[in-house]
Amino acid sequence: MKVLVAVKRVVDYNVQVRVKSDGSDVDIANVKMSMNPFDEIAVEEAVRLKEAGKVAEIVAVSLGVKQCEETLRTALAMGADRAVHVETDAELQPLAVAKLLAAVARREQPGLLLLGKQAIDDDANQTGQMVSALLGWGLGSAASRVELSDSVTVTREVDGGAQTVKLTLPAVVTADLRLNEPRFVKLPNIMAAKKKPLEKLTVAELGVDIAPRLKTLKLAEPSPRKAGIKVATAAELVAKLKNEAKVL
Amino acid sequence: MAILVIAEHDNLNLKASTLNTVAAARAIGGEVDVLVAGLDCQDVARAAAAVEGVARVRVADAAIYAHGLAENLAALAVSLAAGYSHILAPATTFGKNFLPRVAALLDVAQISDVVAVEAADTFVHPIYAGNVMATVQSSDPVKVISVRTTAFDAPSGTGAAILEPVAAGGDSGVSEFVSEALIKLDRPELANARVIVSGGRALGSAEQFHAVLDPLADRLGAAIGATRAAVDAGYAPNDYQVGQTGKVVAPELYLALGISGAIQHVAGMKDSKVIVAINKDEDAPIFQVADYGIVGDLFTIVPELMAELGQA
Repeated sequence: MKVLVAVKRVVDYNVQVRVKSDGSDVDIANVKMSMNPFDEIAVEEAVRLKEAGKVAEIVAVSLGVKQCEETLRTALAMGADRAVHVETDAELQPLAVAKLLAAVARREQPGLLLLGKQAIDDDANQTGQMVSALLGWGLGSAASRVELSDSVTVTREVDGGAQTVKLTLPAVVTADLRLNEPRFVKLPNIMAAKKKPLEKLTVAELGVDIAPRLKTLKLAEPSPRKAGIKVATAAELVAKLKNEAKVL
Repeated sequence: MAILVIAEHDNLNLKASTLNTVAAARAIGGEVDVLVAGLDCQDVARAAAAVEGVARVRVADAAIYAHGLAENLAALAVSLAAGYSHILAPATTFGKNFLPRVAALLDVAQISDVVAVEAADTFVHPIYAGNVMATVQSSDPVKVISVRTTAFDAPSGTGAAILEPVAAGGDSGVSEFVSEALIKLDRPELANARVIVSGGRALGSAEQFHAVLDPLADRLGAAIGATRAAVDAGYAPNDYQVGQTGKVVAPELYLALGISGAIQHVAGMKDSKVIVAINKDEDAPIFQVADYGIVGDLFTIVPELMAELGQA
């Protein structure tokens, strides 16, 4: 079976982003970029499925600017076999991403599409669900456990606990935090990844309308909470909470 | 203009998240309908009909909706979409699972985690773990919106909406429910607790986590939360996690015990009314967002706090 795994290039999770002074965008010039951590978990899961002999080929796909090649090389170093890059400088909103991924999935015909449950830049948590709808495939979102056979059984993290669903293949599964812990990539693998095939596609070749549907009017940093006061004792704290904050 | 709110429930009780979502719909303006899709869910439908501001409750009662499977629920919502300008669901794991499928099938964008309504087509929502607030305008004919429940107060009054059955659709055939493992809580749910007691890695073990937090939570009638680090270390179940990738909460009082204040945790609790931090490290970032802080060992301060509360 073939697995398609989608990876997004995002601002590294350790970076605190700043909004440009005119409120038009976030300032990501000279900021460290990385693979979206949830997508890293998706890649790791694909590699583990291959190591377990359940998957024959892993194809990594990324959409966006030229530098997404670096993100794809990371996926290849982790264990993906080849990569597909749909290169564009245009803004891609989740619906457009879902349509592009659906188009790539129709070309590649994977048994499973794996990706992160959300990207840590727009925090949308939409793409996997959308692409599953566009393809008419079953959806296992926020997965904490994936068992693959001639169907896929997915345990999902839900409010209050866990839900398990069984999906016919092909299916879309989105990775939550506790699905696995991604491996550290070793140097020889990074070198080997440079020789793995990376195919380039254009939006036009895929015939997808990527026009944004949402117009960003303004970005702003939320008004920061003011740091409060330090108190010395539990007694003082309880008094403040009762008399000043009035929450007890 | 009419708005469709898709209700979250467990076939017995209407979840509070639905009320917050109705409040967001009322902030947009227009007639508000609620869709209750489930199995033997008539009590839920009656509860929804009694919510202030709801005009009509549309009820799809069929086995294929028993477990809120995304495929069937999204198809139902799409089949009912004609005539609605907005389709809303809570941005809980329930809404996150199916709502983007509704948007994709309608070929429209979804706006996630809306915290404010600027106009019928313009909304504010957080991105970058809540470090940036984006104001976006939609050009789509139908606005599909997930609502951050803590940003909208539930309607307080009562209503008398009409109940209207809708025909069930067919089963998608691509997914089936296997099982559910829900943790039975004797405490309030995190999402709508008035007080939350939350613990970090400094608790040191699952035993100490519960030994310290449980009695304090019981005394305060509080829900218990945890940081990602504490969950990853196995001190608390996944479901306790507060933060960007866990639950977003906004209680009256949030007690952060042994929590350093990582960006992704703060993103999930910074809208709490009053934040109290107890931490050994006086430079911990949590003190930058806390209204009241105590620098010290939580293992000595929490018992003192218990003693003080006992005198109340």
